[in-house]
Amino acid sequence: MSSRDIILGRVRRALGDAPRGDAQASYETAVDRGYRREHGSRTTEETVDLLAENLADYRAIVHRCQDEEELPYLIMRLLAARGPRYVLVPPGLPPEWMSAADPTRVHDRAVSTTHDLDAVGSVVTGCAVAVAETGTIVLDGSPDQGRRRITLIPDHHICVVRVPDQVVSSVPQALERLDPRRPLTWISGPSATSDIELDRVEGVHGPRTLEVVLVSGE
Amino acid sequence: MSGTFVGMPAFPKAAHEAVGNTTLRANLKHATHTIRDKRAKAVAELDDWALLREAGKQIKDHTLRHLDTYLVQLEEAVTAAGGTVHWAADADEANRIVTRLVKETGESEVVKVKSMATQEIGLNEALEAEGIHAYETDLAELIVQLGHDRPSHILVPAIHRNRGEIRDIFTKEMGAWGRPAPEGLTDTPAELAEAARLHLREKFLRAKVGISGANFMVAETGTLVVVESEGNGRMCLTLPETLISVVGIEKIVPTWRDLEVFLQTLPRSSTAERMNPYTSMWTGTSDSDGPQAFHLVLIDNGRTDTLADEVGRQALRCIRCSACLNVCPVYERAGGHAYGSVYPGPIGAILSPQLRGTASEIDASLPYASSLCGACYEVCPVAIDIPEVLVHLRERVVQGGPATRQGNKVVLKPAKGHAAERAAMRTAGWAFVHPGALRAGQRLASRTRRFHPRTLPGPGRAWSATRDLPQVPAESFRDWWQRTHGTKESGK
Repeated sequence: MSSRDIILGRVRRALGDAPRGDAQASYETAVDRGYRREHGSRTTEETVDLLAENLADYRAIVHRCQDEEELPYLIMRLLAARGPRYVLVPPGLPPEWMSAADPTRVHDRAVSTTHDLDAVGSVVTGCAVAVAETGTIVLDGSPDQGRRRITLIPDHHICVVRVPDQVVSSVPQALERLDPRRPLTWISGPSATSDIELDRVEGVHGPRTLEVVLVSGE
Repeated sequence: MSGTFVGMPAFPKAAHEAVGNTTLRANLKHATHTIRDKRAKAVAELDDWALLREAGKQIKDHTLRHLDTYLVQLEEAVTAAGGTVHWAADADEANRIVTRLVKETGESEVVKVKSMATQEIGLNEALEAEGIHAYETDLAELIVQLGHDRPSHILVPAIHRNRGEIRDIFTKEMGAWGRPAPEGLTDTPAELAEAARLHLREKFLRAKVGISGANFMVAETGTLVVVESEGNGRMCLTLPETLISVVGIEKIVPTWRDLEVFLQTLPRSSTAERMNPYTSMWTGTSDSDGPQAFHLVLIDNGRTDTLADEVGRQALRCIRCSACLNVCPVYERAGGHAYGSVYPGPIGAILSPQLRGTASEIDASLPYASSLCGACYEVCPVAIDIPEVLVHLRERVVQGGPATRQGNKVVLKPAKGHAAERAAMRTAGWAFVHPGALRAGQRLASRTRRFHPRTLPGPGRAWSATRDLPQVPAESFRDWWQRTHGTKESGK
C-alpha cells in the first residue's frame, strides 16, 4: 500500500465518528462570512491617502505624481538620488516612464545569472494591485512587473501604482482581483527583521529601499 | 514525530533550571511583552476581529472534517500546474523523499526557508547524514544554527538570545560556514543584520535547490503560500532551479477566497503587523519565472492520529502564529527549550503529546506545563481551546484510555508516577456518591484543622512541594446552610 493510501485511509478512519456528507456541498454553509469586506467607509481619495499613510508607516517612501507626464521626471530624480549605474526594467514597462532616466537600462534575460542581477542597483516596475488597509503592493508577474527575481535582488525598488484604478481597500478585495495561477508577491514595506531583541531592522535580504510612486490617472 | 530533543528531561525539571537563568528570563520578558502589546493594537484596528476568528475556526474545522477530499483535490491541482506531489506517513519517510529529491539534482547543498515542519522531522540532520548541507536563511534560524542551539519560539526562534550573544556567535562561527563576520562587528541590530545579509547572499545566488514549508495550501487552485519578513523566503522560493516544499497535511484551505481570512489574522497575531513585509504565492511551476521543478511533500507524522481525537483534533487548526506563546505566563518564565519540542508554549503543550504520543517522560509532562489561565485561548486567531485540550490530555496521561497511534486504535496505560493522584480521585469519586461519608469527613476535617500539616505526607509530598494546601474552613457549607437557614436538609 502506498503512503498516499495509508494517509487517506487514516484520515477516513479518524473521521469515522460522525456523518460527513459532501465537502463542496457543505462548504457553502460551513463558514459564517459575516466579517467585513472592508473596514470603514472611505471616499476614493481617502482610500488612496490611507494607502500612502500605511505604506509610509512601514517605511516605504511614498511619492505622489499628478499625471503620467510628470512621471518620467520623478523617476529620473529618484534614480539620480541613488545613482545606480544600471537599472532593471521589465519587458512591458511603458517606455515613456524611463524616457528621462540616466542609468543604463538592463533587461532580465533568460541567460542573466543571479550574479548579473546582483550588479544592478535599482529596478522600476508597475504593480497589479495595492491594498490601502495594509499598505501592500502586489506584483503578479505581468509584463510591466517582470519575473519575481528582478524585484528581489536589486537593493532599490521603485514601484509605480496607478491611482485610484489599482487601489483597493482591503485584503478580501485584493484577492478578488488576483489570478492565483500567476506567481504573486505581496510587498508591505522593505525587507525587515525583528529577530534581534525584536528591534525592527530594515533590509536583510530583499530591497532595502522601497519607493512607491502613486500616479494619478485620468 | 522524531523531533524530541535528545535526552530532554520532563518539563518541570527543565523549567526549574530555566527559571534560574536571569539573562534568559530578561530576554524573554522583554520580547514577549513587546510583541503582545503590539499585537493588541494591531488586532484592535479590525472591528470584525471576532468574526474573522470565528470564520477561521470554521474554515479549518470544515477542512479537517473533509481532509481526505481536499488532499486529493490539492494533489490534482498541484499536478495539473506542473508540480509533483509526494506523500510521507512519518518523519523518516519524509526525510528519505527529500534526500532522494536533492540527490537527483546532483547538488550537495540547499538553502532553506524557516519551516516548522522540516524542524519537526529533523530534516537538516537527515540531510547532513547523507552529505547534504542545509543552510537556514532566516536570521533567527541562522543564529540558532550557527550557535549549535535549538529554537525556542515558533516565530522568533532565537528569542532567548540578546544582541551581545548574537554578536559573539557570528564572530566565532560564521567563518566556518562561509563568509566570515566583518572585522570589528558590534552588537547593534543593524550591523548584525548586515553581517547576515552578506554571509547569506553568496549562498542565495549560487543555490540550485530550495526547501520550504508553507503557511497555506489552497486545494481549489493548488497554490502554496509563504509569509515572511526578511526576503530570505523569496530568495529560496524564487532563485533555485528546484523547490521542495514540505508541508503538514493540515495546512490546507479549501478555496482561494479563504485566504482573505487568514491573511488578515495571521500577520496581526504573529508579528503584530497589518501585513508581513513579504508574502509569496505560487501554483506549480510558471514559465521561466522561478523554479522549474516543484515538489510538494505532504506529511502526516502524527497528524491523522491527532485528527482521530475528537477533543484534541482542534490543535490541527493551528496556523503557527505564536500569539499563545507571547501571552503565556509559563512560557514567559520557562522559555521555549523546556518544552522539549520544536513546538513550545501552550500550543506545543497540546500538539507535541498528540503528534508524538504521551509515552515519553517529557510528553507526559507537557499537558501539565500550564496554569490553565486561558490567555492562550483568548488570543488564538482560530479559537483553539487549549485549556480544554490540556485537561483532556491530563486525563489521558493519568487514567490512560483509548487513543490512535500510527493509524491504529490502542488503549493507553496510565502513565507512571500518578498513582497518588489516581487514588485521590478515586476516593473523591466515592465520597461524592456517599454524602453521609462526605459530611462526616468534612466535619472531621474542620474540627481537626489546627493539626493539619503544611505539606502532605507520603505520595502526596510531590504535589504539596510546589503548592500551598488549601485551608479547611471552620465549618462546611452544608453545616453553615443548616445552621443559618434552620430547615433540615432534604433530598440526599
